[in-house]
Amino acid sequence: MSHVVHNETAREQEHGHEDAGSLSLFGFWVYLMTDCILFATLFATYAVLGQSVAGGPSAADIFELPYVLVETFLLLLSSITYGYAMLANHRQDKRWVLRWLGVTFLLGLGFIAMEINEFHHLISEGAGPQRSAFLTAFFTLVGTHGLHVLVGLIWMALLMMQVHQRGLTCVNATRLSCLSLFWHFLDIVWVCVFTVVYLFGVI
Amino acid sequence: MSRQSHVPSSAGASQSSHRSYNTGFVLAALLTLLPFGLAMYPSLPRHLTFMTVLVCALVQIVVHMVFFLHLTTAREQRWNLIALVFTVVIITLLVGLSLWIMYYVHYNMLGL
Amino acid sequence: MFGKLTWDAIPLHEPIIMYTLAVVGLLGLAVVGAITYMGKWKYLWQEWFTSVDHKRIGVMYIVVALVMLLRGFADALMMRTQQAMASDGSPGYLPPEHYDQIFTAHGVIMIFFMAMPFVVGLMNVVVPLQIGARDVAYPFLNAVSFWLFVSGAVLVNLSLGIGEFARTGWVAYPPLSGIGYSPGVGVDYYIWALQISGVGTLLTGLNFFVTILKMRTTGMTLFRMPVFTWTVLCTSILILAAFPILTATLFMLTLDRYLGMHFFTNELGGNPMMYVNLIWAWGHPEVYILILPAFGIFSEVASTFSRKKLFGYYSLVWATIVITVLSFIVWVHHFFTMGAGPNVNAFFGIMTMIIAVPTGVKIFTWLFTMYRGRVRFETPMLWTVGFIVTFSIGGMTGVLLAVPGADFLLHNSLFLIAHFHNVIIGGAVFGYLCGLTYWFPKAFGFKLHDPLGRAAFWCWLAGFYFAFMPSYFLGFMGMTRRLNHFDVPEWRPFLLLEMVGVLIILCGVACQVMQLVVSIRKRHENRDTTGDPWDGRTLEWATASPPPFYNFAEQPVVGGIDAYWGMKEKGVKTLAEMDFRKIHMPRNTSLGLVLGVLSTVLGFALIWHIWWLVIASSLAVIATLIVRSYDPNTDYCIPAEAVERMETERRQRLAEA
Repeated sequence: MSHVVHNETAREQEHGHEDAGSLSLFGFWVYLMTDCILFATLFATYAVLGQSVAGGPSAADIFELPYVLVETFLLLLSSITYGYAMLANHRQDKRWVLRWLGVTFLLGLGFIAMEINEFHHLISEGAGPQRSAFLTAFFTLVGTHGLHVLVGLIWMALLMMQVHQRGLTCVNATRLSCLSLFWHFLDIVWVCVFTVVYLFGVI
Repeated sequence: MSRQSHVPSSAGASQSSHRSYNTGFVLAALLTLLPFGLAMYPSLPRHLTFMTVLVCALVQIVVHMVFFLHLTTAREQRWNLIALVFTVVIITLLVGLSLWIMYYVHYNMLGL
Repeated sequence: MFGKLTWDAIPLHEPIIMYTLAVVGLLGLAVVGAITYMGKWKYLWQEWFTSVDHKRIGVMYIVVALVMLLRGFADALMMRTQQAMASDGSPGYLPPEHYDQIFTAHGVIMIFFMAMPFVVGLMNVVVPLQIGARDVAYPFLNAVSFWLFVSGAVLVNLSLGIGEFARTGWVAYPPLSGIGYSPGVGVDYYIWALQISGVGTLLTGLNFFVTILKMRTTGMTLFRMPVFTWTVLCTSILILAAFPILTATLFMLTLDRYLGMHFFTNELGGNPMMYVNLIWAWGHPEVYILILPAFGIFSEVASTFSRKKLFGYYSLVWATIVITVLSFIVWVHHFFTMGAGPNVNAFFGIMTMIIAVPTGVKIFTWLFTMYRGRVRFETPMLWTVGFIVTFSIGGMTGVLLAVPGADFLLHNSLFLIAHFHNVIIGGAVFGYLCGLTYWFPKAFGFKLHDPLGRAAFWCWLAGFYFAFMPSYFLGFMGMTRRLNHFDVPEWRPFLLLEMVGVLIILCGVACQVMQLVVSIRKRHENRDTTGDPWDGRTLEWATASPPPFYNFAEQPVVGGIDAYWGMKEKGVKTLAEMDFRKIHMPRNTSLGLVLGVLSTVLGFALIWHIWWLVIASSLAVIATLIVRSYDPNTDYCIPAEAVERMETERRQRLAEA
């Protein structure tokens, strides 16, 4: 019989994993596009309800821009440190991957802490999400972003554990890349949030 | 795994470098400080401030996409870019048309 | 401990429900008993419930869809009977609070738990085969999608026996659907069933989008794909773009109901009209999600049964793409009367009329495909011709409704009901039933019993016309939708005629049930041994019926449109010419089922405010995902020798048949 029977070479197996990795990455990118549309819906709602203060506090009354500026820089810096972690991954430097991820995690945690603090402060002053449609939309839009960041942090912690336990495998590299997309995407959404919510609210 | 440093081709892994992130950071930082500054210390007419802030945001988004996400027009990333453009179109339609509709609904229905 | 759940949740005082529950319970026990008696639990677990094979998942989707069709149809029967009985001022047998739940459940079940899974099931069975792939891009996510859908379906069905369902209509407008006017659990059942199954649908859209873009076999460029695959690609894009809107909107309604927020309330600045706007921004693409694959099915069938290349392949593809884009700029036609005014209404009215044009183009391409073809009027072709006539009428009444001035009179009248049932039944349902008949032999290895299939078709066709054409007249005569009882003598004869129509459809459904039973009994006589029972043109017919779990021993190389037709003309490859390679396949897993069960528990806990269970099941879901992420053995390899052996055996069986 002249037919050919192939058994996969090591290179083909590696290529298979790479293909799976790039397939995962593309799929994750497409998922992020759907998340953009989810946020767009919340933004549209905020735009429609943003003036409905029902006699309660308005944007200019409750937003503290210096505070938000600090939050913004925490998140922006965390994007850079994640980038450094990705570079370390390309160098196959497990120690620095974990270190930069750790710094990213702390910066992200700082962002969340500041946001929880802001929300707590507003609620205790009677400017909670039940007070008016404007506040409902505000808490939901900003809160949904915050929830995404929180999920990202949990994912980051898990991934750090997996990298620590199993090293910089092909699978872990794919996951790091996916989380990278997620993390940068969240920073982009935050640019929209601070612009549309905080800055436009005050101008 | 005992293979060497062959990593999956992420969105432009080959273009990423420290310079990319550092440059991106500086640009993003400036594009953040300017609008915050204008908002905290109003020095321009209101509609100009508004436009400047908006433009800074849009530019900063592009900065993030180029310097952090390494999005390019390269062939391997063609579908990523197409997906992004399509999403932007859908979002523009969704938000823009919703605002138009709801403005007139509000106007006609006395805001009830 | 159990939140709002008490024994009062079981409607013991409602005889109709209790009777239904008894029957369903007995049927369920009978099924479970039969499986146990035949010793098939292990088989079902290993081969179906833990499967990540797109062909198996597709079949399971369709099975559930058909069961839900029965429930949705039962709701329809009840409504028609009530309206026929109560058209002379008498109250009928269904009080309003019960009737309202029925029409809501009818809509929700038919759209979300019959039509969507039916179309997703057909997508699953067919598309990977049509593009020469071995499976979808993310087989595990595919299984998860299915089990999340089942979770939603279970919740909707639970609402019948424990608690109540929403009384708001299938789109659940606030403030009626807010906590103030719907304080019970009905709307919560609605919300969580849709949110959970909605995640499944979004993942399906993602899966097929990536599969079609990235996993086509060698030589299959985008413009050599079968039309059904094209329509599935566009449907996936619609799902990806539209479902996040639904998720966000239902999420906002949830926040209003659970945390007292003010998105859509009447007080403190809420705007219920924003809900209407957003829900239809999703809702319109949703109906195109339902219809586009049906168009694809008809394209395949028209070409195969006319024994002719499809006319206007490029027009069909471009028409589909145009419809996909335009479906995002027409949604206001669902609420012309809400008050956006003449300019907004005019824009959307014109856009709605424009979107009818590419569909009209398609009708002509199908007709031109049949023209001068050697048409075989087998059952799938009957459905196609029935569709062309019926859908055209429905489409034209749609254009009529697109005129805002006309819509001001006809909005929410029976004219509207007639229109959308016309296009959904005549378009989508006929399409899926056609696809079911067409691809059944591929999935199971034997054809459906033809005479009963024809009888079912004629019953559905005649039944549909009797059941819905009078509604057009009723709409003009001023009858409003969702009426529980009324006293207008002029309407009576029409409603009685519609009652007859529904009974004729019932005969059609009965024929289909019988057809399944008889076909299974006679499967050895009707066996499809060649894999190509209809003389097909596309790649799925190049495999055995049913295909091996890896689909293709060797992925085909494609040279043009109608890839399989080209292969048949060139002659099938001999064993000696084939190049056998190692095949990577994904491993079966129970985690899809586990996630489905946990989601059901989570949904139930959220509905009944059992907070400790919400937390526990959420943590369990996260834990399951973490467990999955630690699993290093999610796929395996079939050695090339094994592939060669299986292929040799298959050819021997073919030769012997």
